[in-house]
Amino acid sequence: MAVATTPPITAERAAAARRRRGGKVSGGTVAIGIVAWVVGLLFFSPVLWMFLTGFKQESQASTDPPTFFFTPTLDQYRAIFDRDFAPYFINSATASIVSVVLVIILATPAAYALSIARVAKWRDGLFFFMSTRMMPAVASILPLYIIAKNIRMLDNIWFLSLVYTAMNLPIAVWMIRSFLIELPKEVLEAARVDGAKLFTEMRRVILPMIAPGLAATALICFIFAWNEFFFAVSLTATKAATVPVFLVGFITSEGLFWARLSAASTMAVLPVIIAGWIAQKWLVRGLSLGAVK
Amino acid sequence: MATVTYDEASRFYPGSDIPAVDRLSIDVADAEFLVLVGPSGSGKSTALRMLAGLEDVDEGRIRIGERDVTSLPPRDRDIAMVFQSYALYPHMTVAQNMGFALEQAKVPKDQRAKRIRDAAKILDIEPFLDRKPKALSGGQRQRVAMGRAIVREPQVFLMDEPLSNLDAKLRVSTRSQIAALQKRLAVTTVYVTHDQVEAMTMGDRVAVLRDGMLQQCATPLELYQRPANAFVAGFIGSPAMNIREFPVVDGKARIGEVDLPLSREEVQALARDGGDRVLLGFRPESVDLVSRGEGFAVEVRLVEELGADAYLHGKIVGAEHAEADVADIVTRVDPARTPGIGSIVYLRVRPGKEHAFSPKTGLRLG
Repeated sequence: MAVATTPPITAERAAAARRRRGGKVSGGTVAIGIVAWVVGLLFFSPVLWMFLTGFKQESQASTDPPTFFFTPTLDQYRAIFDRDFAPYFINSATASIVSVVLVIILATPAAYALSIARVAKWRDGLFFFMSTRMMPAVASILPLYIIAKNIRMLDNIWFLSLVYTAMNLPIAVWMIRSFLIELPKEVLEAARVDGAKLFTEMRRVILPMIAPGLAATALICFIFAWNEFFFAVSLTATKAATVPVFLVGFITSEGLFWARLSAASTMAVLPVIIAGWIAQKWLVRGLSLGAVK
Repeated sequence: MATVTYDEASRFYPGSDIPAVDRLSIDVADAEFLVLVGPSGSGKSTALRMLAGLEDVDEGRIRIGERDVTSLPPRDRDIAMVFQSYALYPHMTVAQNMGFALEQAKVPKDQRAKRIRDAAKILDIEPFLDRKPKALSGGQRQRVAMGRAIVREPQVFLMDEPLSNLDAKLRVSTRSQIAALQKRLAVTTVYVTHDQVEAMTMGDRVAVLRDGMLQQCATPLELYQRPANAFVAGFIGSPAMNIREFPVVDGKARIGEVDLPLSREEVQALARDGGDRVLLGFRPESVDLVSRGEGFAVEVRLVEELGADAYLHGKIVGAEHAEADVADIVTRVDPARTPGIGSIVYLRVRPGKEHAFSPKTGLRLG
């Protein structure tokens, strides 16, 4: 009678297994790793340079060859706040946050109607949303400007928030729709059989399931709104100007203030980086929602 | 508790002229366990989903008890459904999953907790009440899905292939548990499966569907003993019944070089049918090995040994059975005395165990 016996797990066997696992790293994997690092550093280096330059004196900022060693200073940041940076920052935050909230509130039901409860002509609807993004922003600025002027909303942060909402809505509808069509149909049917009405189904079943996707969508819309320059510079002047408009103020006819511009830019990207950092886990899950189940 | 009535119910999928379910009429008695069975595309799931309200009824009516539910949304039908994928809410704990429907029905919190506990006890899932579905095994998830249904104490249970995601062993044990649970709760149940063994072992009655049409609705034993047509005969039973066309001479079917007498009703029906051939079926277990001259000759091609049984695959020798597949048959033999491959054996269908069908319509004769 042949009976298979399990050999005892000895230290040698465990060590051999470790060696096998360790030996799995092939030359190709190493090469890909190196390429990834090089590309990553290449992308990061301008940001790092900007960050460093923000702590230099103006005289050190644009030397040739560049200055690598210097005594860091907060002079530039002090100068920025002396020039009243705070209102711009508040304007940017208002426009971004208000528009993101509006976008999510409006895009979710729209995406639902285009994916789960498919309305008649849903394909056309979807194409319409996309087509609004095909037009260059310049084409819409004149009518927008005239509308804003006529309703006395020029240089008004709420109007800008509304413009950002309209700008981001198509992307949000597309993104949220892609998360919704990945939802298992049977779970939604289970909710209906369990007695859930539309609103309950949405709030208790659908939204929790696509939460990572919503977070990813919100973050992307936030970044777009935060970094938006063209509408901001066209529709605002002093009261409602945003951070990107503020940054441009450093590019003057007397020349560039590299160090100060760098410090201001660092301030400008900080909220986006912080938001991205916080949402990182959600972002990855959200963007790969459906891809990995 | 309630009866369920399909009254000439049809469903056409958008853009299709062929009904997925065609004028289905079934009466399910109170507390009965009815199984809908059929191959894929037979409309069994669609029929269940029509009862659930997840699929429109394009023609006919569906009633639960005295209520016409044809156009009611699922939430107003007082049904509970178990899905093939279980469809648990991934973001809720087991207790929340089970309590969700009760919450929608505005059952007070303390009652809700008690009913969840009771159902969990029945299904042996008490230790998992605070876990999320992700942290459960397939079998545990299946029981949670069952729990979510029974906690509601609905008028009808609907089950859509609830066992097909389990491994073979677990499927067999869960099968009997579900059947026993249904008897104990005495709730009318409509159960969909493609597995005829499940259908036969679980159902009080079994409805066989094909291409959206009901073929036969009867007790498992009747389906086995008196299949209404050749399709049901071939679908029920494993291994499948041997169904072949044979010539009829003088009221006898000619199999190989041997004649098999048909019953008087069969002969009369065949005469009305106006053909000289018959579609004859016999089950692998209704055939005896006999000595030469007493039965038709079969050349052994393959023997499957299953321990308790052995199945012989062979080819009828001689006569006009030229095409290979027409002559292929399967029969059960004593595993202690299996004939060798290539040898010739003689087989006889036990008298009265043959099933005769019309070659034109496939319907049972006599």
